[in-house]
Amino acid sequence: MTAPSTRRLPEPRVAPSVAATTNSHLQITDVTKNFGSQAVLKGVNLSVAKGGTTAIVGPSGSGKTTLLRLIAGFEHPDTGTISLNGTLVAGDGAWLPAHKRQIGYVAQDGALFPHLTVGQNVAFGLNPAKLDGGRRAVAARVAELLEMVSLDASMAKRRPHQLSGGQQQRVALARALAREPELMLLDEPFSALDAGLRVATRRAVAKVLAEHGVTTILVTHDQAEALSFADQVAVMRGGKLAQIGNPFVVYTRPADRATAEFLGDAVILDAWLEGSLATCSLGGIPVRRPPAQGRVQLMLRPEQIRIAEDGPIRGVVVDTDYFGPETTVRLKLNVPKEVAEHADHRYPGGGEIITIRHWNASIARPGMELCLRVVGEGVAFPVED
Amino acid sequence: MTTDLSAPPRQGTTTAGRGKRPRPPFGVSAVSILAVLIALFSLVPLGYVAYMTVATGWDTAVALILRPRVGELLLNTLLLMAATIPLCLLLGVAGAWLVERTKLRGHRIWAVLLAAPLAIPAFVNSYAWVSAIPSLGGLGSGILISTLSYFPLVYIPAAATLSRLDPAIEQSSAALGLGAWRSFFRVVLPQLRIAMTGGALLVGLHLLAEYGAFAMIRFDTFTTAIMTQYRSTFNGAAGNMLASVLVFFCLLLLMAEVRSRGTARYARIGSGAQAKALRLPLHAYQVPAQLFLLALTALAFGLPLYYVLRWTAAGGAGAWTAAEFLPALLATFWYGLAGAAATTVVAFPMAYLAVRRPGWFSKTLELSNYVTSSMPGIVVALAFVTVSIRVVPGIYQTAGVLVAAYVLLFLPRALVNLRAGLAQAPKELDEAAQALGKPPLLAFIQVTLRLTAPAAAGGAALVFLAIANELTATLLLSPNGTRTLATEFWIKSSEIDYVGAAPYALLMILLSAPMTYLLFQQSKKVAGQ
Repeated sequence: MTAPSTRRLPEPRVAPSVAATTNSHLQITDVTKNFGSQAVLKGVNLSVAKGGTTAIVGPSGSGKTTLLRLIAGFEHPDTGTISLNGTLVAGDGAWLPAHKRQIGYVAQDGALFPHLTVGQNVAFGLNPAKLDGGRRAVAARVAELLEMVSLDASMAKRRPHQLSGGQQQRVALARALAREPELMLLDEPFSALDAGLRVATRRAVAKVLAEHGVTTILVTHDQAEALSFADQVAVMRGGKLAQIGNPFVVYTRPADRATAEFLGDAVILDAWLEGSLATCSLGGIPVRRPPAQGRVQLMLRPEQIRIAEDGPIRGVVVDTDYFGPETTVRLKLNVPKEVAEHADHRYPGGGEIITIRHWNASIARPGMELCLRVVGEGVAFPVED
Repeated sequence: MTTDLSAPPRQGTTTAGRGKRPRPPFGVSAVSILAVLIALFSLVPLGYVAYMTVATGWDTAVALILRPRVGELLLNTLLLMAATIPLCLLLGVAGAWLVERTKLRGHRIWAVLLAAPLAIPAFVNSYAWVSAIPSLGGLGSGILISTLSYFPLVYIPAAATLSRLDPAIEQSSAALGLGAWRSFFRVVLPQLRIAMTGGALLVGLHLLAEYGAFAMIRFDTFTTAIMTQYRSTFNGAAGNMLASVLVFFCLLLLMAEVRSRGTARYARIGSGAQAKALRLPLHAYQVPAQLFLLALTALAFGLPLYYVLRWTAAGGAGAWTAAEFLPALLATFWYGLAGAAATTVVAFPMAYLAVRRPGWFSKTLELSNYVTSSMPGIVVALAFVTVSIRVVPGIYQTAGVLVAAYVLLFLPRALVNLRAGLAQAPKELDEAAQALGKPPLLAFIQVTLRLTAPAAAGGAALVFLAIANELTATLLLSPNGTRTLATEFWIKSSEIDYVGAAPYALLMILLSAPMTYLLFQQSKKVAGQ
């Protein structure tokens, strides 16, 4: 696990521009949606580039599936607009129903039609009249589509219930691809699969979609899936998009503490910020784009804190958890000398317990003192009261 | 803070988005309005009874209700129920337990044979018993015939529950030191509560509603008395008051059932494969058990079948070629078909709301249907006679009124099936079809309706067969000159033309056989839910 600290960080793209760019495929502007008295979407803005892959990620109940259903045309927005290719499809009196939106949609469980065979499922959206050669052409197209999602053409005769979960999801994708949609909407399509299958299916799906240049929106609650799948991650929380940016940016430079903690493990320390240097129990840590001066909360990713023999910071091992490939180590930090000796330090912390990771289980035993080194920059958040 | 986020909590994503607001292919309001209209229509019989009671006036009503004749009917009805319901419970549960939970020889055959008496309409059963013992009459005979006719109403749900009961419960009980018998009484029997109260309610409602079986043995209940009043005074206040007492009893039974059902949960908790049910060795009890079941099925199924076949044979070919036979068969066929189609169509909005929009609204609508379908056929028929004469005279004695009565009487049969069918067609499939370019209505037809079709057909078949055996409402409402298998049988057997009546009885039994089998199969599926 190498920290990317030495690389130059791209600028974070925080709020999206409302104005649609010329190559934006999907443009969502100020969309709200209420169910009864419950506000599910509270003003969402999102722009998705043509051919791009966007993951909408957020915790349970954040409104991400509702947003996807609005894009698909299964729901009407209360206010705001949705445009596809610059054409208004919802809001401002416009309405284009789902079946006319040229979308592909893959639901959580695949939603295969149980009364049809795999082949009939895939052919469901095909119009035989539009294909030269009628039924044979349909069969050929079905075989082609199945092959595209790495399934054998002989599967066409099977029934959905005879397939494994991963196979069902691939069939659902083939079915959605059959009409060559410009926009593919994936609603947690991998969440029902077990861990190993999930990664393999996700890769296969991403590959097919990338090859065909289909604009893709994936809804997921799994931050690792979002980060690995998409070139744009939109973090949803409480009916709003908290941050939009490329995966690397949102992970390393989250806009706020909740986003930081949602996207991965985070070490949060009280710190004193002067200029772009934050002083805390881990010493002086450089901060990019400091939001304020004085008291702040400093966020580091655990992989930025390394165990190093010549490290300037010391901590005593509290306990460890062995996970096989890695071990998590909880350390109680000693107050560093330079902090302790600082004449007028307004350093607020001291003696915090942090959690880091290491591949070597034997390196840490409770009670041992370890030397640490911090690589890269931290992110400072204003203090939450 | 290290591993807590790497495995984010499983979530159903915005329950609001998924569960609360599906977008149906046509406006929900339209479905809701339809369903409300149907529910209102289904309240016609209750409304009629309430209106008649008020219109009669308090003093007249009290005078009509508090007479010795009503007291006599009340005593008859109460004694009949007090004896028959416990007997049915005993026979039904004992039979179910033997079939499902003991090493009974031939338990697969017995399982079907014990349900078989349901294929014999009670009035046909009565006819057979009168043929066997012409002197039958009075309370004892009523108890005998109704027990033999109705114990399967307890047996079927009890057997279904027992067959699906998690044997781990009994194993836990055994591990806690209880023997097989004590386990049965302390663990298994309580699990049967829903099946038993539900079965007891059905038996009670049948006892209140049955006309033919009791009229044949000259045993007076409220229903037979209402029919007699109707025959003599057509639409007198006395008959109406008897009807309101009858309705009162039905409502009382419904409430008693709801109360005794309780709030306890008996469904299997947790997942994982279910072990096979335990079967108790019978040892020395094998022979007595076989004899008991043999006697029970011989009396309930063998005897009526024997007499129907005997009378049919006695009539020879003549009875089948009689001028009335084919018209009755055709009338039954057409009424069954029309009633089944109408009932299925009417049940659809209700089922749709119950599955796609569950909540107090759909529950209330269902309750109103449930109450109506618990009303005796004679009350529904009287209500329709009155309404059609007083409100819309043009429709009196038309086929439409009879079909409407069938719809009200048999709606739940279609509803149960449609609900199960719609549950197999989640709205996500509809949406998937829309995303694949199908307009909403086409998506609905190609996916939802297509997936619901088998269940709808099953429900329609049940309604069809129930109509084929319906006697009371058909007697009152069928257009002049129209006779079905049931009414033709009734007229012939009332004229003591037992030979002439037999082919109709045989045909009704043959028609009922598949219905009984369907009900039997269905009960296995819904038990435990």
